[in-house]
Amino acid sequence: MIIMKDVQKAYDNGTRALKGVNITIQDGEFAFLVGPSGSGKSTIIKLLTAEVAPTEGSVRVNGYLLDRIRNRKKSMMRRTLGVIFQDFRLIEKKSVYENVAFAMRVTGAREREIQKRVPYVLDLVGLNVDTDRRPDELSGGEQQRVAVARALVNNPSTIIADEPTGNLDPVRSLEIMMLLEKINELGTTVLVVTHERDLVDRFEKRVIALDNGRVISDGMRGYVIHEQEKATPTE
Amino acid sequence: MSRKKPRRRNNLGYYIKEGVSSIFTHGFMSFASVVIIIACLVIMGSFLLVALNVNDLVEDAEARNQVVAFIDDSLTEEEARGLEFQILATNNVYDATFVTRDEAFQAFVATHEEAELDNLDEEVFRHRFVIDLDNIAYMQVTLDRLLMIPGVDAVRADVAIADFFVSFRNVIVVVFIAIVGVLMLISVFIISNTIKLATFDRREEIAIMRMVGARNWFIRWPFIFQGFILGLTGAVVAFGIQWGMYGVLVDQIVRLSGGNMIQPVSFYEVANMMISIFMGTGFVVGTLGSAIAIRNYLKV
Ligand SMILES: Nc1ncnc2c1ncn2[C@@H]1O[C@H](COP(=O)(O)OP(=O)(O)O)[C@@H](O)[C@H]1O
Ligand SMILES: [Mg+2]
Repeated sequence: MIIMKDVQKAYDNGTRALKGVNITIQDGEFAFLVGPSGSGKSTIIKLLTAEVAPTEGSVRVNGYLLDRIRNRKKSMMRRTLGVIFQDFRLIEKKSVYENVAFAMRVTGAREREIQKRVPYVLDLVGLNVDTDRRPDELSGGEQQRVAVARALVNNPSTIIADEPTGNLDPVRSLEIMMLLEKINELGTTVLVVTHERDLVDRFEKRVIALDNGRVISDGMRGYVIHEQEKATPTE
Repeated sequence: MSRKKPRRRNNLGYYIKEGVSSIFTHGFMSFASVVIIIACLVIMGSFLLVALNVNDLVEDAEARNQVVAFIDDSLTEEEARGLEFQILATNNVYDATFVTRDEAFQAFVATHEEAELDNLDEEVFRHRFVIDLDNIAYMQVTLDRLLMIPGVDAVRADVAIADFFVSFRNVIVVVFIAIVGVLMLISVFIISNTIKLATFDRREEIAIMRMVGARNWFIRWPFIFQGFILGLTGAVVAFGIQWGMYGVLVDQIVRLSGGNMIQPVSFYEVANMMISIFMGTGFVVGTLGSAIAIRNYLKV
């Protein structure tokens, strides 16, 4: 469960990225977060992962209040999240298997559990490659599947994805979105940041639209088309 | 969603493995750190060996630097002997031997030319105590105390020689501390930079570790081990070098002095102490270096 209440975020240089945001996402929900570049989408992700703290208001994620969270709790909170990025963020010198196993190792899981769980999630995300290979030997779509597997491996209650399809072609993008939908159907809360409207339109999901640091619409297929995006389509 | 809590697992193997791999990733910097630590330890060790040898000399001087307390003429031999208790009770007095005026005269005769003895009367000699001190650094104070004992008329001692040895030793100690201090600072600085470089190199990996919920110490331990291993490696190599160097040096000194003048401290006598000091310093320098490198830098 995610609850953002009257959240404002100003960066050290004075940029006001969020100007009073209220968002609640229930357990088991699937939501898109959309908006033009610079509207504050990534800032919301960084607040939810406790990379940055809110300037005003409060952020609650899976029972943890993040406003002034201690390091130890921060680690525990992050174990309830699976995070996916546009640029995959895999460790290049580790194998596919190790990239996923590593996330479990960090939480203190036992080798036996790791050996059972990693092949299971790699299978779940539909990755059919030799898991001893390095990420740079894989296609973008395959790399993102590895990243999804890593996000899932600790059995998080929430998956957060920041532009997960930004580096993929339309077919791979759709596949990844469908994978996230499947994960949501298995019970995990999913929040996906994207500005690819075509993709959002293919799913009957809740859409939270952000502009200039404010939520401008929030509802089923409530994607507002902005002037700016009409002028410069993103695909 | 229900979540099975994973059982705790012993991460020591992981930390050491990561620490070692980090050392080899930055082969050159690691090599440089170890060389600096070795230099620091060998210089430190050399000074320590010099200090130990000087201390040996001072102790020798202490053994030879006796103080003589002359007893008032008016006291009989019996009365003079009776002062032994008071003299032994004086601070810093290690031992006191009574010498009668007769014995003193005989000793003087035995060591001097006939001519010098011509006008000498046995009565010039007095009963005396020959006194050994615990610590020649406090020679002057001890002399003053001895003089305050009724019946002690005068004292004689080579305060100058004692002072020389004592100040020589003190200077060595001060120089030793200063040099070691500076060298340790340099070593800590270099190690800390090597490890900062390693953390910088692995910043993406560290960011991922944070993202998946690693605790601060899970991220930090490999770097602590890296510094620790660098420090201990330096210590072991430095000990070997020191041993070899000292052996060669002692051989030369013994050969040049004909084997009787100077008796250098044997390395075997101090080997245990040296290896402990080296390992201790290596450990402190390595661990401190990494601690500084990660102190504010590696936070979840
Ligand atoms: N670390 C930062 N320091 C200063 N300003 C930032 C920082 N990160 C983002 N911003 C600014 O905050 C605003 C929102 O950025 P962001 O949340 O990244 O938007 P989006 O992900 O929607 O493109 C932008 O104006 C951006 O320049
Ligand atoms: Mg962004």
